[in-house]
Amino acid sequence: MKSKITDLKSALQPVKDGDTLMVGGFGLIGAPLSLIDELTKLEVKELTVVSNNVGEAGKGLGILLDQGKLKKAIGSYFTSNREVAKWYNAGKLELQLLPQGTLGEAIRAGGAGIGGFYTKTSVGTDLAKGKETKEIDGEEYVLEKALKSDVSIVRAHKADRLGNLVYYKTARNFNPMMATAGKYVVAEVDEIVEVGELNPEEIATQHIYVDKLVLTEQILTKEGVVQK
Amino acid sequence: MSMKNMIAERAAHALEEYSVINLGIGIPTLVTNYLDKEKFYLHTENGLLGVTSVEEEDVDPNIVNAGKQPVGEATGASYFHSADSFAMIRGSHVDVAILGVLQVDEKGRVANWAIPGKDIIGVGGAMDLLVGAKKVIITTNHTAKDGSPKFLKKCTFPITSTRPVDMIITELAVFERKDDKFELIELMGDTTLEEIAEKTEADYTVSELLKGSVE
Repeated sequence: MKSKITDLKSALQPVKDGDTLMVGGFGLIGAPLSLIDELTKLEVKELTVVSNNVGEAGKGLGILLDQGKLKKAIGSYFTSNREVAKWYNAGKLELQLLPQGTLGEAIRAGGAGIGGFYTKTSVGTDLAKGKETKEIDGEEYVLEKALKSDVSIVRAHKADRLGNLVYYKTARNFNPMMATAGKYVVAEVDEIVEVGELNPEEIATQHIYVDKLVLTEQILTKEGVVQK
Repeated sequence: MSMKNMIAERAAHALEEYSVINLGIGIPTLVTNYLDKEKFYLHTENGLLGVTSVEEEDVDPNIVNAGKQPVGEATGASYFHSADSFAMIRGSHVDVAILGVLQVDEKGRVANWAIPGKDIIGVGGAMDLLVGAKKVIITTNHTAKDGSPKFLKKCTFPITSTRPVDMIITELAVFERKDDKFELIELMGDTTLEEIAEKTEADYTVSELLKGSVE
């Protein structure tokens, strides 16, 4: 068995200029904080980030924004980082805003070999402008394209050495879909156990989706993010 | 009792026992204070069915609601990813969504995600909830901060969905949509029909029952 376990720096070696990156998390909850921190040390530019939020001001993906490494952000709720509007208004950041359910489904579709899907969400609103619509059984739907990434970085609770993943509480959020939609996938975890130690019924992401595993160095506590 | 709590308490009374409820941010979150939590299944779109309250010492930073506030895990709770969570919402498996609004109009259309002239950079799950929940209850202050009506003939802010909401609860009144028109079914506190008429732009009918009780 070829080992997938590596260090943070090696894990992000394949990231290059212009890449599309999927980053798990709902705000800082379930975000791969150590990998994001490592991204801030890389000399890369023009990244497109697919994530529900762009972190918070000066935190998580917010640091990447401050560093000017982002060309575009695709997500559902950028309001959580007030810096996003400043960069957007200065013409230095493109935004693609999607309803949260459409974002999740677009990533799921991307990982499942589906080109797009029709949804009733956003029909008749500003977010449906310019999008193809279709009437199905008397109801109007809007066409949404699938999303894929060059690199997905996700956060899970436990992994086995094969790369099977188990999640923890609401830190699961966008991570399982993002693990399926990336050409190259790195999972940041609290613990790596031997193969056979995870309950097969509990594995939420199968090892076939995961290329590299890294141990987390940062954890979210009641008091905020701390070094492990 | 504060105005917000009064609205939240009234919304709690509108819920059928053992239904699945999704609560928005703000006044809707307060509804939990007036529910017998054993008798409702609370859904939060970031991936938990079975939300309950949590004591300060038991807070787990990885268990939060859609407003990123710490919550607890009820007996019988389950976790799932965001795509599954919104499948529950769009697929009409959530019985009631309780949401706040910037504006709502007499057709029942809601505006609650963008203000013209301000940056439109966040929508979250609002559009999905309006499309998918079997019933939508709006909880809101009757008027905006400047005193202008929020229940209008037609929303002037960008709408969140074309789907009409079912009920509007404010600190002054309860409106229910019947046959494509809203009916004033209840007065809140010691308000009068005149006060409501003065602070409402939308057309609505007044319940016969209510006319009788006031006169």
